[in-house]
Amino acid sequence: MRRPVRPVLLVFALSSSLPSWAGSLQVAVAANFTAPFQALAPLFEQATGHQAVGAFAATGQLYAQIRHGAPFEVLLSADSSTPRRLIEEGEGVAASRFTYATGKLVLWSAQPDYLDGTPAALHAGKFRHLAIANPQTAPYGLAALQTLEQLGLREHLAERLVEGQSISQTQQFIASGNAELGFIALAQVYRDGRISSGSAWQVPANLHTPLHQDALLLNRGRDNPAAQAWLDFLQSPQAAEVIRAFGYDLAD
Amino acid sequence: MPLTQNDFAAIGLSLQLASLTTLLLLLLGTPLAWWLAHSRRRWSKRLVSALVALPLVLPPTVLGFYLLVLLGPHGWIGQLTQSLGLGTLTFSFSGLLIGAALCSLPFVVQPLQNAFEAIGRAPLEAAATLRASPLDSFFTVVVPLARPGFLTAATLSFAHTLGEFGVVLMIGGNIPGKTQVVAIQIYNHVEGMHYAQAHWLAGGMLLFSFLILLLLYAGRQNRQGWS
Repeated sequence: MRRPVRPVLLVFALSSSLPSWAGSLQVAVAANFTAPFQALAPLFEQATGHQAVGAFAATGQLYAQIRHGAPFEVLLSADSSTPRRLIEEGEGVAASRFTYATGKLVLWSAQPDYLDGTPAALHAGKFRHLAIANPQTAPYGLAALQTLEQLGLREHLAERLVEGQSISQTQQFIASGNAELGFIALAQVYRDGRISSGSAWQVPANLHTPLHQDALLLNRGRDNPAAQAWLDFLQSPQAAEVIRAFGYDLAD
Repeated sequence: MPLTQNDFAAIGLSLQLASLTTLLLLLLGTPLAWWLAHSRRRWSKRLVSALVALPLVLPPTVLGFYLLVLLGPHGWIGQLTQSLGLGTLTFSFSGLLIGAALCSLPFVVQPLQNAFEAIGRAPLEAAATLRASPLDSFFTVVVPLARPGFLTAATLSFAHTLGEFGVVLMIGGNIPGKTQVVAIQIYNHVEGMHYAQAHWLAGGMLLFSFLILLLLYAGRQNRQGWS
């Protein structure tokens, strides 16, 4: 009996073998770098033919996933301590670690006149909720707590803190107006050289531990040429331009 | 036991949320189930039944998202609560109560509706011929007869609310003592790789939920039937 299924199978066999000349890679991306990653991935594909697929979460969540065998090949962390820890634990390639961006913390409100470029509103305290990312898992959340500590407001505002599970959820708490203001990454609201919506105070870098964001080649990506290509691309002038456009600093 | 102060606060909060949600749902769900069991308007009945069952099939993210928008300062519930001087309900225990009640609604309404339908109209009509007022006959005839239905509804609502996670994650804000319930605290511990605490809380939750359901089924079997 002849079955009409065969040509279909043949097509599947062909199509699945097609992309083998160009690789794809799974990248674990710290939530603050979501928008830059989405801008970089198509450029990377144009330049190399490889596809970079991102999974976005708080750095601590990504760390836990990697420790439990998640199929990530590269980590773009929001700090440098997580990649270092992964290297110590034998999960990544030590020589591959480099700082791809230095992040900036910003106090942001969706209301246009709420913040005037100073922490005045924070001191005035006429708000019900101040959103931060979960400091246990998100480096930007930790930086936010350090900033409050430095300003002498941590105790005073403790009752009003609400936590997002990642810096993305934190932004969404503020954007939806449920929290009047909160600490997020500058890259989340920075477009074309300025804060694109709402109002903000750019937190001086000396109020918290520097947000040096490190990339790391993970064990699973060791033999994937696309993974190495991505790390090279991330250090190219083309990528640097994109990363700077989102308000990050680059060490050069 | 390596449990922290926040862990105990979370346990207390979960029990409180589950009890209040169950109480609220018994108050609101009983008339609704009664109406569903006895209304003769077929289409509005179908419509309401489908609406009540929605939380069973919707992902909690859908409810969480709508609640975040509706309860927020620009949503119409948020504007209402603000004009009443209550502020917004997101990141508050009241907000969680609303979310949990929505999620557990079918667990209360459906068993009650089944119980009321099984009783039928005959006992009520008999009571009416004895000049019992409708309210009187509801409390002296229907409630005792529907007791198994009430027990099932209360147990399922309580147990289900204890396990509520998605909606709380989306509108709670992880505030210790206010919105940080056990399910969220377990998630925090797992994310932070604090497995000892996660084990204690998760194990406790497993045992407790199992016992509740065991009690429920034991009670049911002793009566040999649903209602």
